[in-house]
Amino acid sequence: MAERGIPFRLWLAGGWLMLLCAAALLAPLIAPHDPLAQDLFLERLPPVWLPGSEPGYYLGTDSLGRDVLSRLVYGTQIALVVAILAGGAACLIGSALGLIAGYFGGWPDRIIGRIVDIWMSFPPVLFAILLVAVLGTGLHSVIIAIAVIDWTRFCRVVRAETMTQARMDYVDSALVIGRSRGGILLKEVLPNVLPTIGVLLSLEMGIAVIVEAILSFVNLSISSDDPTWGGMIAEGRTQIHFAWWVLVFPMIVLFFTVLSFSQFGEGLKDRFDPVLK
Amino acid sequence: MTLRSLLGRLLNILVTLFGVAVVVFVVIRVAPGNPIAMMLPPGASEADIDRLRALYGLDKSLVEQFVIWLGGILRGDFGTSISLRQDVLGVVLGRLPATLELAFAALVIAVVLGFALAILGTRRRQSATEGAIDLWNGITLSIPDFLWGLLFILVLGVAIPLFPVSGRISPRIDIDYVTNFYLFESILRFDGAVLRDLLAHMALPAIALGLPLSAVIAQVLKQSLKEVMGLDYVMLARANGFGEFAVIWREAMRNAMLPTLTLVGVQFTFLIGGTVIIEKLFSYEGLGNLAIDAVINRDLPLIQGIVLLFSVLFIAINIVVDLAYAALNPRLRHG
Repeated sequence: MAERGIPFRLWLAGGWLMLLCAAALLAPLIAPHDPLAQDLFLERLPPVWLPGSEPGYYLGTDSLGRDVLSRLVYGTQIALVVAILAGGAACLIGSALGLIAGYFGGWPDRIIGRIVDIWMSFPPVLFAILLVAVLGTGLHSVIIAIAVIDWTRFCRVVRAETMTQARMDYVDSALVIGRSRGGILLKEVLPNVLPTIGVLLSLEMGIAVIVEAILSFVNLSISSDDPTWGGMIAEGRTQIHFAWWVLVFPMIVLFFTVLSFSQFGEGLKDRFDPVLK
Repeated sequence: MTLRSLLGRLLNILVTLFGVAVVVFVVIRVAPGNPIAMMLPPGASEADIDRLRALYGLDKSLVEQFVIWLGGILRGDFGTSISLRQDVLGVVLGRLPATLELAFAALVIAVVLGFALAILGTRRRQSATEGAIDLWNGITLSIPDFLWGLLFILVLGVAIPLFPVSGRISPRIDIDYVTNFYLFESILRFDGAVLRDLLAHMALPAIALGLPLSAVIAQVLKQSLKEVMGLDYVMLARANGFGEFAVIWREAMRNAMLPTLTLVGVQFTFLIGGTVIIEKLFSYEGLGNLAIDAVINRDLPLIQGIVLLFSVLFIAINIVVDLAYAALNPRLRHG
């Protein structure tokens, strides 16, 4: 199994994600235009290979004459910031609680399990919309909302995995030679749970990107002028009969990004963790 | 199930429900942002603010506020919607049937498609067909309902306009049914015209919601069918001359169903959660659409009512799944 090397889909998904990182970091160099610049003489230009297009506007313009490609490139920044910060925060909270619940059992496990039960009784998208409405719109609210809601995804799986690990002989051996319980949890159990956490983190980053797009779509993410994929999709939805390209290109980018995060996770699973498979 | 385990489970449910109420209360009352400021238009006078604070009991301590609030909810008093000026419970219950029908249609699609793919994949083990099914499942599982919905609107609503992409029913149809369960009532009334119209409106959002779940069902059911197919009693059935389909459907399925059933329960709650954004996308007049409007209008009593109702629905589904599991699993029946 280990001799198989890195699976094809890991390459493909990783490649797309690298491309996105590059686009986010180099946005000012790549984007042909200012993503916010409006020009009413250039509104709803089709992509460059269709009649009626203008050179330089490769993927056309939206109803305010803003360049679709430039907005997509700048939208990558927000998507990735949300993926990394919200995904990372949910991962830290959920994994920490999952490790504690799984390793110590008893009342910490019961309390954490109860909180997870309560959390799972809320529809996630509605919960996110509610939190952002209460916290006020803005990038930080979106990140907080996703982290506050999605930590349960980590907690449940990490708890189960930690329980399995805690029953293994190496944990008993470490106890016998006098290591502290906290030390064993961090130095012995955690490294064995890390592959699982990595897989979950990749999946969660894809979910975070989608949730941000959904919140932008209902106009609850950052201000509607700033380029986000969800905001572009919302605008494109209203223009669907006049300018399909405003909707289609952000959809394609979102599609590949979400697919890549989940396939990257699945690829990691195949590569590193025969148990999860 | 013994009485003891039943009582234990009931107690669990009550604690969860109480926790849900606390979380909703805390999010809405304690989070930064003054709830009164959210209710009033900008520029309201101090006197207006004070009057509203007293009206909602916000001048009392938090614990007192919680007790009053919870007492009201237990009596069925969810308050008055600010934007609609109607009783919250009435509004919410009026919209619930539309969402339930959509979720039910999506579930039927997911189960039928999921079972069909699992059975086909089991019959054609280790063939190109199984590979294609696995690939399809991988894709449908990765793509969330929101993107499926957009794709369907674009392709089947606009490029090839086969289906309507907005609303629950055509505005030209005048409907005067007793209940808001239009779909079920139109079936009972043999009202073909209305039924066709409802189904046409429901098709795209229901498929968008059902596709990810169909992939989950297909994967898990195929996996457990594969395990069961190797067991002795299935071999025996085959040796007795049953055809491959009969072996799968009549013998293997019964044992392979259980893991799938538990999973469907959990995933069905995700599906219901997905209705929120799908209804918005398709302007379908259900609870989810109402919820987003409520947030945009800063209608806190309405938001609160919808969130609580969704939570109760989730918990109810989990109970039903638990009971169904106990009923189908002979090992649990005598507890």
